[in-house]
Amino acid sequence: MQLVLEKRAERSTGIALVSPLIAIALTLVTMSILFAILGKNPIAALGVYFIDPLTDSYSLQEIAVKATPLVMIAIGLSLCYLANAWNIGAEGQFLMGAVAGSWLAVKTQGTDAGHWVLPAMLLLGAIAGALYALIPALCKVRFGASEILTSLMLVYVADLLLDYLVRGPWRDPKGFNFPTTAEFDPVATVPVLIEGGRLHFGSIIALAVVAAGAVLLGRTIKGFEIRVVGAAPRAARFGGFNANQLVLVTFAISGALAGLAGIIEVAGPIGHLQPGISPGYGFTAIIVAFLGRLNPVGILIAGLFLALTFIGGEQAQIAMKIPLDVTKVFQGILLFYVLACDSLILYRFRFISASPKVQSGAH
Amino acid sequence: MSDLSPAALNPGAVPLLRTVGLTKRYGSFLANDKVDIDIWPQQIHALLGENGAGKSTLVKTIYGLIQPSEGKMHWQGQPMVLSGPSEARAHGIGMVFQHFSLFDNLTVAENVALGLDGAESFKDVSARLEQVSRTYGLPLDPKREVWQLSVGERQRIEIVRALMQDPKFLILDEPTAVLTPQEADQLFIVLERLKEEGRAILYISHKLEEVKRLCDTATILRGGKKVATCNPKAETAASLARMMVGGEIKKVKAAASRQIGVPRLVVNDLSLLPDDPHGVRLEHISFELRGGEILGIAGVAGNGQDELFAALSGERLSKDPLTVVIDGQSAGHLSITQRRKLGAAFVPEERLGHGTAPRMRLSENALLTGHAASNMVQHGFVNTAATLKTVDRATETFDVRKAKRDPEAASLSGGNLQKFIVGREILRQPGVLVVNQPTWGVDAGAAAVIRQALLDLAARGAAVLVTSQDLDELAEITDRIAVMFHGHLSVPLPTAEASREKLGLLMGGSSIEPTTEAPHAARA
Repeated sequence: MQLVLEKRAERSTGIALVSPLIAIALTLVTMSILFAILGKNPIAALGVYFIDPLTDSYSLQEIAVKATPLVMIAIGLSLCYLANAWNIGAEGQFLMGAVAGSWLAVKTQGTDAGHWVLPAMLLLGAIAGALYALIPALCKVRFGASEILTSLMLVYVADLLLDYLVRGPWRDPKGFNFPTTAEFDPVATVPVLIEGGRLHFGSIIALAVVAAGAVLLGRTIKGFEIRVVGAAPRAARFGGFNANQLVLVTFAISGALAGLAGIIEVAGPIGHLQPGISPGYGFTAIIVAFLGRLNPVGILIAGLFLALTFIGGEQAQIAMKIPLDVTKVFQGILLFYVLACDSLILYRFRFISASPKVQSGAH
Repeated sequence: MSDLSPAALNPGAVPLLRTVGLTKRYGSFLANDKVDIDIWPQQIHALLGENGAGKSTLVKTIYGLIQPSEGKMHWQGQPMVLSGPSEARAHGIGMVFQHFSLFDNLTVAENVALGLDGAESFKDVSARLEQVSRTYGLPLDPKREVWQLSVGERQRIEIVRALMQDPKFLILDEPTAVLTPQEADQLFIVLERLKEEGRAILYISHKLEEVKRLCDTATILRGGKKVATCNPKAETAASLARMMVGGEIKKVKAAASRQIGVPRLVVNDLSLLPDDPHGVRLEHISFELRGGEILGIAGVAGNGQDELFAALSGERLSKDPLTVVIDGQSAGHLSITQRRKLGAAFVPEERLGHGTAPRMRLSENALLTGHAASNMVQHGFVNTAATLKTVDRATETFDVRKAKRDPEAASLSGGNLQKFIVGREILRQPGVLVVNQPTWGVDAGAAAVIRQALLDLAARGAAVLVTSQDLDELAEITDRIAVMFHGHLSVPLPTAEASREKLGLLMGGSSIEPTTEAPHAARA
């Protein structure tokens, strides 16, 4: 008997849905072994990781708060990746959105500005993110520069600009020299959904983005254009679609969503602009996008799942003294298994006996 | 049929190569199913079969490129197991592929040196190259860069490279597919000579007249199985075709009353530089195509047919709008979508990746070209029912065979996918249809359906432009034939007057260039 991997005639839709679940199951098995090696009870550790955060309202809200930026950014990234445009710089677009929106919050601070401030901030954040994303997109279209490199490098530019602003011009005069702006006014703050809780209106926006993404990709000609340009560029050109224009469009959309996520994060859970507003949301969203199969609903689930690992990791550190880095190991193993299981979509296992088989009669 | 093999005539003789029950399995698909074949020295052995019959798989196995799933090979009576082509070459097996593996930017000698296994100095290789090419009447200039050479010359490099290994057994995969009739004749002289030297040749083709003329033995494959071994000289082309196809081929019939109408596609002095530095430059192309008419464009591949298709479809735009006129509208500057809106339709040569997105469903591939001018898109939203309806209509009208209602394009066989693509375009009732290689790599049954569809479309008043390297196909369906050579298009001849000899001369560039300079000089 011999085990071979053979190509399927057609990609399997069933496996495409099941493959992330197989990947998660394999990850849990691997993690159990890892916990056992660390001398922890695997069942208890997995319980702290994946069950405990789901049992109290505080953790549940916190998962939604963490998932909100991940999902919003990942939806935008999925459009880029489907169209074969590699935006790796969502982190930078997230930061630029946060900076642009915060500018309005800082300028209107203490004035009697009305309720227009928050919508204007969100709009500014989205525009700034889109414009920032268009820099690598234009460089690619115009000069053929690799968008992977340019978008990634612009992350550090955004990071340092934010750092300069909060240490310099925008620093809170009463902030004891900490590099932060003053707390935003109430009209410049994203409202919470439950009084006294952390769940905020941004999560509703994220759900709307998921719905819009699903409709765009599944039902519209633009969504078809995005998929066909990525899947078969020459056929797309034959279909009359312009790949360069699409690079600009998808970068702009994903930049806008990242920028929007950035200003929501600052105007929501954080409440002011400071360095380190993102624990790498823009990069983790890349994992979310692929774990969610570049599919909006899948991304929603993947975003919640990765948020759960963040929260579970914190609780495991507190409760069982498991290092926080184990969370990163977990995410890495997960991505590995996701990509490995993906081969089952196009291939299948088959056992072949070594001895020649008797063929059925020829015609 | 009688056994004419040398074994019967000379008992005790051992064939040069014998395959026993050679089987190659790809998943559940049997590309070769228990193929037995004997190759004898000093014989030209034809391997016949339709596309997909398993010819390429068989020769790739013999050349060590793929390993058989089952079965054995014997070389001069000894069991032979090949781990790769270099081992096959060491035994004395040489191969000339249909698609050349040459580096465009290197010289002839450099290409040959790269393909040789031994540790010979470059100087020795060049000298031997000149000597071999002179001995066999295959003239080559070792110092020329490959991109400057014609397809026929490139094939010569491959043949000379194979001969420099002094093979006992040479495999040629459809060598005449890229040659003019005159170039093919020259190749046959070389092959006869190699045979006289005692070498065995396995000659893959589906051109039956050629095989009857040249080959001593023919093995016919169908659906991966060997269906017969025969003496092709004792068979008729029709009987060989029956064995290949496994039945009679339907003849296409032209409508009795085809009305030639007003000009629907006019090309005026179209000149275009290629995108690709090694592409062909289109030079002052002009023709006029009327409704109800089918114009054929013949020519050896790589003489500007792809570039002309791109210029006509709008995948490449021309600065001057007047260069392409569709139904009276200047269209040279219009995109492919706008040209479709004017009633034009296009079928490119490459089915997977150009005509369709391979991993997308047929309904999505109907949308690919249908979104321009149909009810498939409303206010930016896709009407899935309308795209599925196109799939169903194409399936019904053109007999597209598939496993389910809406499969991925890549899961269809070549013939069925081509029927779908042609059907998708014809169902839009185009006024102008531009088709590149309509039946390339398509089984005979599907080819007949497609040719009939083109004739019927013209009979309904559309103008049809067919580019093909298959002269028989053009003779069968066109009203006039023009020839492309080095980016020039000849004046179209009425099909009845376009003999193979005339077309062959035009394909070689004789009466298009008034000067007597060599073709490659004209191209530089």
